[in-house]
Amino acid sequence: MSGALLARALREPQSVEALDGAGWTALLAAARAEQLIGSLAWRVDGLAMPDAARRVLADARAAVEQGRLAALWEAEMARRALASSGMPVVLLKGTAFVAAGLAAGMGRQIGDLDILVPRERIEEAETALLAAGWEWVKPDPYDDEYYRRWMHELPPLIHRERDRMIDVHHTILPLTAKVTPDATALIESRVALENGLYVLPPEGMVVHAAAHLFADGDLQGGLRNLWDIHCLTDEFGGAEFDERLAVCAARHGLTREVARAVRLSGALFGDGDAVTLVDRLYIRRLLARDGWGQPTRKLTEQAFYLRGHWLRMPPLMLAKHLWTKWRKGYRPAG
Amino acid sequence: MRHSTMLRIGPVGFRVGSDWRAPVAALEALYRNYPKPQDGIPDFSVRLFAARPWRRFVRSAVHIGGDFVIPDAAPLPLAQGLLAAEMGMNLQMALGQRRYLLLHASGVEKDGKALLMTGESGAGKSTLAALLMARGWRLLGDEFVLIDPVTGHAHGFPRLISLKNEAIGVMAREAPGGRWGPLLEGTPKGTIRHLVPDARAIAAMDQPAVPALLLFPNFGFEAAAREVPPSECFVRLTQASTNYVSLAETGFDALTRFVRAVPARAIDYPDTASAVALVERLWGELA
Amino acid sequence: MTRYCAADPATLRIEPLDSLTLIYHRSSGITHVVDSPVPELLAVLGSDALTLDETLAALAEAHDLIDPDAGALAARLDELVEAGLVERC
Repeated sequence: MSGALLARALREPQSVEALDGAGWTALLAAARAEQLIGSLAWRVDGLAMPDAARRVLADARAAVEQGRLAALWEAEMARRALASSGMPVVLLKGTAFVAAGLAAGMGRQIGDLDILVPRERIEEAETALLAAGWEWVKPDPYDDEYYRRWMHELPPLIHRERDRMIDVHHTILPLTAKVTPDATALIESRVALENGLYVLPPEGMVVHAAAHLFADGDLQGGLRNLWDIHCLTDEFGGAEFDERLAVCAARHGLTREVARAVRLSGALFGDGDAVTLVDRLYIRRLLARDGWGQPTRKLTEQAFYLRGHWLRMPPLMLAKHLWTKWRKGYRPAG
Repeated sequence: MRHSTMLRIGPVGFRVGSDWRAPVAALEALYRNYPKPQDGIPDFSVRLFAARPWRRFVRSAVHIGGDFVIPDAAPLPLAQGLLAAEMGMNLQMALGQRRYLLLHASGVEKDGKALLMTGESGAGKSTLAALLMARGWRLLGDEFVLIDPVTGHAHGFPRLISLKNEAIGVMAREAPGGRWGPLLEGTPKGTIRHLVPDARAIAAMDQPAVPALLLFPNFGFEAAAREVPPSECFVRLTQASTNYVSLAETGFDALTRFVRAVPARAIDYPDTASAVALVERLWGELA
Repeated sequence: MTRYCAADPATLRIEPLDSLTLIYHRSSGITHVVDSPVPELLAVLGSDALTLDETLAALAEAHDLIDPDAGALAARLDELVEAGLVERC
């Protein structure tokens, strides 16, 4: 199972020295599929390995370095676009990790730019970004209304020249989810960077990652999320941090989710925390990749997909949403 | 995956897996003289798969996946499985190649020097490269040429030569005895047939060449040649490279060095015979 | 009064080719292919925060401009701001 191979390589980098060609092939495929190949490349740097694997990993490092520059530049351009408004702009996820120089940013692949702004100023943010060259991705009235009414962000915007997406959030979970994090408290807890932008404090980053892991539907990208959490708790961990994390999780109604995420990341990447029976189900799902990096055990996956949607939307709304999507020819994967 | 094979084209190793036997069998037959990936570790994996288990048997549609994918890529019928495999490998190169500056160009080599040809699809760069191969040049590749950012040298990528429509008949006459794949009719690009590069192209595929001339061929006009200045060349090559941006400053250095060092000409040609004559004349003028 | 400053020269790779100039901007990873007077403009701006009129004066002095046109210069500066090579500061 290549998911387990990947988790082990990240946990104990020396384990890769025992791999043969087939083992490396499966490991690299899983690492690419989980978008963790950059992190893997950093972890195993300097160890003995076949030339072919070393080349693939060197390429991955170059790719994430270019991605890091591009992500920081997007953040900088968003800062310039929003500077005159004076509103606080909080970077989230991968961009925040690299902007703050955290271990979680080492080798991190970064996709869209995610920022958090105060809810009452989100329309002002939208206007400023549109004036600075960002445009709507899809002018679909249904999706648009859905986003604005129910999601925790503006419909995605893309920059017309740079072709990069920005997600402007006003909170960290959809408004329809059962748990409603306290966005104002999150923004108030922000930490200033030298360049005029902000990030969440480390405990806020962990809570955000945990919220996503269990609310984002199908646990896709879950391994990377847990690796982020592992890096954060590893870098900042200690009794004092644990307490701040517990307080932060409780304030946002995410105590159970955060505790589970910390247990799972410990079990996968740390010293092997004690896990519950349900945790084992999650781990099985998280590691379910074949030698081609493809998800296996489709049935488990489907169950997690519905569970995720359930958490995000009340049942009737979910039915309406799925129906609208299906009529447009969309089917959930799997 | 039920069926799989590994092969290496130039410096790049591939693993191709498939839910069906046929595409893998076709690859194994046509690439039988190619080496395997170094250390048994491919650079890229390609997957040809059925969207639903029963679609392996009923109205089989071959979906193209792999390490790097385009969402919503349209599937191909099983009869075009070889084409799907080739498209999958091209896609990995286009989206995933990071070691070399990838030029969407064909290339041939003589005396250690490389002649590269790039242009829009339909400009005839595949056909021209195949014709030059039949006339004694060593084929570097008909689709991609890889520029090493460290040395500036051109590495070959001699995959199967993909010939379309009339070009199939032209090459059947010019290269009698060539090894061919199946005739694929009704593909998104019309009729396609793959020609295996000659033995020399395969045997020498690890030998890079020094770029010496770049051509922008344009089919359908009176034979003519025009000098292309470095700045225009630079802009056109950024458009002909899928990984220029992702190579960041390394790509900038490689391409700047290339356009300063390599003379470039835009050539028009009314038919393949005059194209070959024009190319060989321009090449001769360099010496 | 809007003031303009140019990207830090250490972040720029400027390579003149024939009639055009290539600028690789390390901070953004973007390559710009530019014509005169963009390289000249970036050179006179430097890290000084100049107003439009000051920029025009500096450019005229350094390059013997025959027809200093504030409107055209403002348009160029706006383009460079969108490209990220110049910042309003």
